[in-house]
Amino acid sequence: MKASTEGPALLAVPPAPRAGREHRRAWLSTALFVGPLLAVLLAFLIVPAFAVLVGAFRADGVDGAPGGFTLAHLRELAQPQYMTGLRNSLLLSGGSAVIGTVIGGLLAYAVMGDGGPAWLRNPLIAFSGVAANFAGVPLALAFVATLGTTGMVTRLLSGIGINLYQHGFNLFTFGGLMLVYAYFQIPLMVILITPALDGLRREWREAAENLGASAAQFWRMVGLPVLAPSLLASAVLLFGNAFSAYATAYALTSGALPLLPLQIGAVLSGNVLSDPHLGQALALLVIAVMTVTMLAYTTLERLGSRWRR
Amino acid sequence: MRASPAAQGGRWLVILLGFLYFFLPILALAIFSLWAGGTRYDFSAYAHILQDPQFRQTFGLSFMLALETIVISLVLVVPAAFWVNLRAPGLRNVLGLLSVLSFVVPPIVLVGGLSALYRGPEWFVGTPQFLVAGYVVLALPYTYRTLDTGLRALDLQTLSEAAQSLGAGWGTLLWRVILPNISAAVLGAALLTFAIVLGEFTFANVLLFNTFAVYINYIGQTQSTPAAALSLISLAVTWLAMLVMLRVGRGRVALGGTR
Repeated sequence: MKASTEGPALLAVPPAPRAGREHRRAWLSTALFVGPLLAVLLAFLIVPAFAVLVGAFRADGVDGAPGGFTLAHLRELAQPQYMTGLRNSLLLSGGSAVIGTVIGGLLAYAVMGDGGPAWLRNPLIAFSGVAANFAGVPLALAFVATLGTTGMVTRLLSGIGINLYQHGFNLFTFGGLMLVYAYFQIPLMVILITPALDGLRREWREAAENLGASAAQFWRMVGLPVLAPSLLASAVLLFGNAFSAYATAYALTSGALPLLPLQIGAVLSGNVLSDPHLGQALALLVIAVMTVTMLAYTTLERLGSRWRR
Repeated sequence: MRASPAAQGGRWLVILLGFLYFFLPILALAIFSLWAGGTRYDFSAYAHILQDPQFRQTFGLSFMLALETIVISLVLVVPAAFWVNLRAPGLRNVLGLLSVLSFVVPPIVLVGGLSALYRGPEWFVGTPQFLVAGYVVLALPYTYRTLDTGLRALDLQTLSEAAQSLGAGWGTLLWRVILPNISAAVLGAALLTFAIVLGEFTFANVLLFNTFAVYINYIGQTQSTPAAALSLISLAVTWLAMLVMLRVGRGRVALGGTR
């Protein structure tokens, strides 16, 4: 028998003669503990996702039987309304991601940067965690009550002679939606960028100052280059966050604005005369964009975490 | 270094504008929910809602679905996360990958896949219980991460060996040793799931089930004041769940499941 300090190691490596049986038992208990979760995920995430991918290439069969493979549905995506939907989705996600990154980053830095009000730090983080999850139907209705045609701010402003809706503002259009999306994008940015801001060490700033750098020089040559991967990673995640959103846009515009997720919803609910394979082709487009987004995010995140130890 | 007055001014301007932007919609929602026509303000919208049987029905349905999702998620995720931390660290990457996959496949796409794949049996697909399958998947990244964080803080090796040397089986170990030790994480995961399911709109709307969020949206198209009151109630319940979660779980909330 070996020294008792190697106890756990002995447990992990079973004696040679019983290895086969032990191995089988370990495999069996792994299947027992992790298997059910994997089975549920297989049935309700992986296989459905796969069905969407395959369905996008399937032709209609006779009497519900699957047909052969075709690229016809993918070609249907070239129709102007779907290209508009894709363009709108990309612009909305990109625009709200930029707004979220800039304002969320500034807000996080205003509170948590050097010399910021320390007492606001925890309230801001807690509030951001909560506000990043305030979305969907209630958020849309909150903005209708604020900036809708009879919203509080709209009426207040018209009371002092500024008529928003006569000046071209409309909550129920693309620009209005961008404003609403910012409500969950900005707090998400605060959550995402906080670790990177914390990693921006005070000594670097002091060192830069001792070498005679101005604040602008510090940011241009040290601060922003260090933060850049984290900022980009967060922006990319914000983009994906908006790109996959459905409920907020649906509730605000009743599904009328041409956005990719809303178009998928319309095809699925049968509001539009169309075949399910078209919906799957549209879904394929969303999955493709989201895959690129998540790949970019993981790569950038890895780069950004270099400075955080 | 002392920040310049200009920089301090900029700092407080950003904080003030941020505060206004986040506070105004909630204030407007609250005021709007009290509006009773003309210049009268009272609680009639709330009274109206409480008398509406559909409110009780849809809230009750979403509440039940949330409970079912919580129980099923915990039964699935606790043993899996436990085993991954104790014996099968190699599977950590698999579960991490699956969490990412549920971001890559947004709810609107997933519900399309589910409805294309499962057309029967009627007792499963035809009832709101079908939603639970999607909700478990939707909540997984959050439940898994919350529980995983809780389990990582424990010395699982020692706890397991001690319990087993006293004759406990795996069931006893999980139920009477592990679960009480991660009660904060379990509560956190449960509250997060509750908030996600209560606000979930996409699945229910596409599959034509009348849940709470679908009901709010429907009311919102015809009666704006009660809809504002409902939104405020939904907001309060969600925020309460989130705040308790932040307090007990000390976990970070990143992305929600209802947008």
